[in-house]
Amino acid sequence: MPDTQALVNDFLNKLKKRKIEGSQATAKQTAELLRSVISQTRVPYTNQAAALIQSVKAVGEGLIAANPVELAVGNVVRRVLHIIREEDLSLTTAAMAGLNLSAVSDDEDDVGGDNQPVLSAAAIAAASRSTLRPPSLQTLLEDVPDSAAVPHTSSSGGDSEGKSKSADKSSRSRKLKHDVIEAVNELIQDINTCHEQIAEQAVENIHQNEVILTLGSSRTVLEFLCAAKEKKRSFRVFVAEGAPRYQGHLLAKELVTRGLQTTLITDSAVFAMISRVNMVIVGAHAVMANGGVIAPVGLNMVALAAQKHAVPFVVLAGSHKLCPLYPHHPEVLLNELRSPSELLDFGEFSDCLDFGSGIGAPLLHVVNPTFDYVPPKLVSLFITDTGGHNPSYIAEIYQLFVTSLRGEDMKFKSEIMKTNCVAGGNLVKS
Amino acid sequence: MGAQKKGATARVSEDPEELARNPLQAILLADSFATTFRPITLERPKVLLPLVNIPMIDYTLAWLESAGVEEVFVFCCAHSKQVIDYLESSQWSSQPNFSVATIESHNSISAGDALRLIYERNVIHGDFVLISGDTVSNMLLTQALQEHKERKKKDANAIMTMVVKQSKPSPITQQSRLGTDELFMAINPVTKQLLCYEDKAEYSKGFISLDKTLIADNPSIILHNDKQDCYIDICSQEVLSLFTDNFDYQHLRRHFVKGLLVDDIMGYKIFTHEIHSSYAARIDNFRSYDTISKDIIQRWTYPSVPDVLCGSTAIKVERQGTYRASDVTLSRSAHVGSFTFIGQGTKIGNDTKISHSVVGEGCTIGSNVTIEGSYIWNNVTIEDGCQLRHAIVCDGVIMKSGAVLQPGVILSFKVVVGQQFVVPAYSKVSLLQQPTQQDSDEELEYADSTSGTGELQSEKLNGDIAPDLSETASELGTGGVGYIWSVFEGVQDEEWRHSVAPIPTDKLVKLMLDEDEEQLTQDGNVLSASGELKADSDDNGSEDENNEDSRDDYVFFEKEVEATFLRAVHENVKVDHAVLEVNALRLSYNMASVDCAGAIFYSMMKLAVESPHSSASELHKNAAEMITKWQKLLKSFLHDIDEEIEVILKFEEMCLESAKEFAALFPQVLHLLYDKEILQEDAILRWADEKEGADESDKVFLKRSEKFIQWLKEAEEEDDDD
Repeated sequence: MPDTQALVNDFLNKLKKRKIEGSQATAKQTAELLRSVISQTRVPYTNQAAALIQSVKAVGEGLIAANPVELAVGNVVRRVLHIIREEDLSLTTAAMAGLNLSAVSDDEDDVGGDNQPVLSAAAIAAASRSTLRPPSLQTLLEDVPDSAAVPHTSSSGGDSEGKSKSADKSSRSRKLKHDVIEAVNELIQDINTCHEQIAEQAVENIHQNEVILTLGSSRTVLEFLCAAKEKKRSFRVFVAEGAPRYQGHLLAKELVTRGLQTTLITDSAVFAMISRVNMVIVGAHAVMANGGVIAPVGLNMVALAAQKHAVPFVVLAGSHKLCPLYPHHPEVLLNELRSPSELLDFGEFSDCLDFGSGIGAPLLHVVNPTFDYVPPKLVSLFITDTGGHNPSYIAEIYQLFVTSLRGEDMKFKSEIMKTNCVAGGNLVKS
Repeated sequence: MGAQKKGATARVSEDPEELARNPLQAILLADSFATTFRPITLERPKVLLPLVNIPMIDYTLAWLESAGVEEVFVFCCAHSKQVIDYLESSQWSSQPNFSVATIESHNSISAGDALRLIYERNVIHGDFVLISGDTVSNMLLTQALQEHKERKKKDANAIMTMVVKQSKPSPITQQSRLGTDELFMAINPVTKQLLCYEDKAEYSKGFISLDKTLIADNPSIILHNDKQDCYIDICSQEVLSLFTDNFDYQHLRRHFVKGLLVDDIMGYKIFTHEIHSSYAARIDNFRSYDTISKDIIQRWTYPSVPDVLCGSTAIKVERQGTYRASDVTLSRSAHVGSFTFIGQGTKIGNDTKISHSVVGEGCTIGSNVTIEGSYIWNNVTIEDGCQLRHAIVCDGVIMKSGAVLQPGVILSFKVVVGQQFVVPAYSKVSLLQQPTQQDSDEELEYADSTSGTGELQSEKLNGDIAPDLSETASELGTGGVGYIWSVFEGVQDEEWRHSVAPIPTDKLVKLMLDEDEEQLTQDGNVLSASGELKADSDDNGSEDENNEDSRDDYVFFEKEVEATFLRAVHENVKVDHAVLEVNALRLSYNMASVDCAGAIFYSMMKLAVESPHSSASELHKNAAEMITKWQKLLKSFLHDIDEEIEVILKFEEMCLESAKEFAALFPQVLHLLYDKEILQEDAILRWADEKEGADESDKVFLKRSEKFIQWLKEAEEEDDDD
């Protein structure tokens, strides 16, 4: 095993230098890094969960600080923390149950069918939400529509839990770590497969001879469209080029190689074309707690155009993009200002930027924000790896999710802010 | 690491073994070998000076790291201990895949010495990046590096690739936005080979010379004056040995580059790589410090921007490009304007206004302070009512209440400015006394006085002098501590060029005028004094446009002559001098004396019309006076009869167009000119003859002066009779 600290530093560096593109890659790498952090952490006999939480927090703080705009990092850190707490709770309750009410456990197993650990009466409240399974947000998403349904399994974790009902202290400590790692593995798996899971729903959403509009480039959107194409749906795609990075060009190229009829338009032509469009499908950078979307710049305009013509505005987002913070949260950095040279050639305009004359300040300012905010009322539908939801529903889910975080992980963000200030200060001073 | 990987794969495809042996190396010169940042650099090396609150060297190292360089040799000379200490305590000492080693020297006085020393150490094993520690960039090296390697493979003499960037120099000041002199480069557009490199020192004579063999050897050459040298060089190992072979090479550009270009015995070639969308610039003087700080704040250098480089949420970008650390204490009534950086732990009082400035950490700023375009470093105390405009204020400075810094002031470390004291523009203030001996040679800069022993000395000075100063009322008002450095003669005029303050408008206007004058001088090789007069003439702008059209030319010429004439009238210039000046103009515009005569006459008549008069008779009187007074001037351009006819034609034209009042007086004035012997009767008669055949409409004035002509003819006949 390579040194964890080196791994962490390397990843921190990449985040800082903005060298990881895309939230999926970021989320996956964050989860993998945290997994190795957990596996390297030495767990004491007592209070193992606290030790794990401690070390994950310590790393997580650094990761979030390295690129506060990449909300996926924070989401994954929070999910991992949540996993640890839930596993710990389930083990505690299992232990208590093992000691007191072994009969109940059998019943539970029958009902649950797979991995439900034994629950004590004391822990019924927690158990009734069938919480004790990572990843919790997903559980929530799936449970609310049908609380009886058991989400897809974390079978390996379940098996191991099943085997170790004896609440031996030493085995418990190993078991906790093991369970947590299993659960994190599952999280990684989820992140890996989120494209396919979202794409599976393509056929239900894209109909024959429809015209789809998208802006810029998103891998989720690409997979989604291609999945529909593979299912012999015939439809056309309008791609807005997505200035200033023009990733729409790449998307158009990719779509054409997959055999889709594609039309490339400028961003400013979106309104002119929208009346011929049946549905707008776009990717997102993050989905906030109120159902609002942080998305590539230009999408708010597209959403407004879509609303004007009553065209459904559909956002595809893997569950790692769901962020339990509100967009007005003071600690959330909503935007990243990239280099103005993406907009214009510095050399060409160097004479407009001469500070040597006049008031000593340039008359020309170039601003290049990366993200846009699309308020929930403009979004018709979210398609996540767990199915389609509307924005108000997402907001509700968050309410549940936030309460299920028991405050601690929510506070996490502000704790981080404090420590960061100190850390940042030291860095600058040194 | 993306760039690195890309670079690596590109190189792998070329020569995997070579890659295995040679990680990409870089030499970073942590010493500028210049004194432009004195007096600050007497106490701290330039590379550690904060640029938007982060030491310059961090920008350079961050770039090298992101560009895929794996091994950096930092060459330190002046204040080497400070640099080494800093690097050891910084994040750079513990980076994976990126090693920073320092090479220390106490007696190197130039980049040449530094490279010779590095050659002796034998640490460079392949191509390397040569850069100085005050460079800010975000370019990708991959492409430049690949081009370099490919060229090197084809031609072993292609030993260096220079990174250049487009940047238009200001037409007025002849300097780039970074405050460096205009640079001329001749580049072969196909091969990108650099053929000629001239900075201002050489072409000040007004021309640059290209070796004619260059033109013979290259099918095409483009001469650029809009390129900026980024001082990022990709060099092959030969560069180091060349420095060793030529022990007189000191300066990288002035000696090495020019040496290679001028004397091509060895046949070494230098190539250029132009970058377009990315950023690269070097901090060479206070002007570029200001410019690059502003570029960073405006994020041209992304991702080398404060909020990313600090790597924490401690600094946040707010609207209008305001960067603020999280624990700034800001009064509600304080106004922090756009493009401003406020560092951690800084307190700002009521009604204070800050704009376009950088304020470092731990500063205390009182109430009613105005800060504009200034750079305030760490732990500075500014009391109530101070005003700072375009100044640099170093660590630990105290400004007592009401003190004022005028544009371009530099306050070095721990200076105290007394109450209500006004520090005059462009002054540099330090606790250290100005070294009495100034080396005229720019090469032998602060290295000699401060390396090694210099540092100790300065520390001692700090201890000794400060208390002494505070007792006697110092140069900085009551309670002030510090010496104001005097500016050396000759440099004084140029101080504004490289200062943090923008160039004052009066300077610009003056320069603009000077330039016009210069243009005339260059065109005609004769100095003309008329330049000053052009301030209020509207044709300044159009002057610069092409003068190809000869008609336009004449119009300009006429205006020039008029201006000269007016000046001659108002300032009582002697006729001889006026003649000389008009002659100079004639030469510079390539005109004939016919045109001069016409123009002068036109000016005289115009002035006569413009001077106050109430009736035709008074106008006649004016004209008579004018002609009497300036007949000599006019006559000196009337050598033969054609010129005299031109004057009449001109007058006719005026009467028709610009000065209709003269129309009635035409015969009288003609008579007057005849009387004063300005016009000979032959000229008038010839004019009359010529006009005889013209249209009726053209004959108006001929008819009016019929009587006079009649009289002339009669007189002639009488003469003949005699």
